[in-house]
Amino acid sequence: MIDRHLYHVPRLGRNPSRFRLAGIPVITVMLGSAVTALPLIAQSPVMPPFGLLILLSWRLLRPELWRAWIGLPLGLFDDMMSGQPIGSAMFLWTVMLMGVDAIEHRMIWRSYRQDWLIAGFAIIVCMAGGLFFARITGGGDVRFLLVAPQMFWTILLFPFVVRQCARIDRWRVMA
Amino acid sequence: MARPPSRRPGHNRKAQYSLFASYVVAVTGAAIGLLLVIVAIFDPTGFAGIRAVTAEVTRPVSAGLKNMVSGVSSVDEVLAAYWRAGSQNVTLRRQVEADRNRIIEAKAVAQENARLKKLLKLVDEDASQLLTARLISSSSSSARRFARLNAGRWQGVLPGMPVRATEGLIGRVHSTTPNTSDVLLLTDTGSIVPVRRANDNIPAISTGAGDGSLEIRALSAGRNPFKPGDLLVTSGIGGIYQPNIPVAVIVRVQGEIAWGFPLANPSRVDAVVVERAYEQVVTRPDPAAPATTQGAEPGNAATP
Repeated sequence: MIDRHLYHVPRLGRNPSRFRLAGIPVITVMLGSAVTALPLIAQSPVMPPFGLLILLSWRLLRPELWRAWIGLPLGLFDDMMSGQPIGSAMFLWTVMLMGVDAIEHRMIWRSYRQDWLIAGFAIIVCMAGGLFFARITGGGDVRFLLVAPQMFWTILLFPFVVRQCARIDRWRVMA
Repeated sequence: MARPPSRRPGHNRKAQYSLFASYVVAVTGAAIGLLLVIVAIFDPTGFAGIRAVTAEVTRPVSAGLKNMVSGVSSVDEVLAAYWRAGSQNVTLRRQVEADRNRIIEAKAVAQENARLKKLLKLVDEDASQLLTARLISSSSSSARRFARLNAGRWQGVLPGMPVRATEGLIGRVHSTTPNTSDVLLLTDTGSIVPVRRANDNIPAISTGAGDGSLEIRALSAGRNPFKPGDLLVTSGIGGIYQPNIPVAVIVRVQGEIAWGFPLANPSRVDAVVVERAYEQVVTRPDPAAPATTQGAEPGNAATP
């Protein structure tokens, strides 16, 4: 070789392992859901739902990666990690993914800004739904204002998370 | 980015069926999820058993991290202590000398107290404490306020047991797994604690506001009797919490509602104490029961 850097260029005819292609996105979403295992005793809902953010990032970055049912297992895992009633994220994430499918079907062309807009709506729907479920399953009178700041910085955090997912994705598909 | 091609399978029958099947699975699963939530309306801890898997797996990680964090979080205190070492030393020495007399007095009072109690034949066995454990993680992304405790069913923790720290009440156990349990914190919107004002027994109900404060409503009719600075302790009504556990201090009064702030901060306390439910402690076993079981009661009361 003339250029030493070319050693690190992905070689033609080789594919990354199936585990890396299919498993890495699932693992990143599960790690995002598992952030609640950190030893932080929160007095108010402060932590952005990283599982939801990473799921949305992968979905909007790689539309062909998953079908809508992926929201079921990943949502169940998120319910097990967060304090929400079991079934809450299962329902909300699946419905949210089907909604994103429907929007994508209508849209002819979308770019980064439309992605952010879609993600913003999805985050609002999922968090408001989660709040509603928390309220009807014994949460008492939870006010919407309580989750408004969390909603706000989750939406602001989306561009950062989507960048990190893109970075992981570049490594993921490289042979 | 253009519309992805894979969502439109075209004339390929197999691809069409696969897409359709994926939506059938998704809709069915979503319906099942909704059903689980509806079940949770009537039985909030019903499917919480599923949580045991992840709770047990993440427990060592959380507990290990918690040990590290509690070491790190006190670094500032250690540094501050060095900064003022000289002056602090002098002050503390004076304090110790002043306290020594008090301690001797207190010992005398305690002795006298024990003797008087013996005269009165009062039984005052405090068998309420079950164990001490650490809070290792919490539901930081949810609107509910749960904290995970590093002790569970195998250690004798049962749902409904009150959890307190030396500073005051933390909450009560909501659900248990073999080695962990979820504690419903005092500040959760679903956590209701009967309290009274410490100095004059005015009863009230404390409900969490979800953001770290408490909403306190007096049970007496008429104008709001509370004023900022009032201390609230548990009243013992309801049979879960022992009386006289410090709960909150009132910071603001707004019409009918007084807003309080919990005295014990779950994120600052080092360890918490799980107690037996008050009802269980004060209720004597049936007098007809043999005396041996009565003697063994304090130790075995919580073992399932």
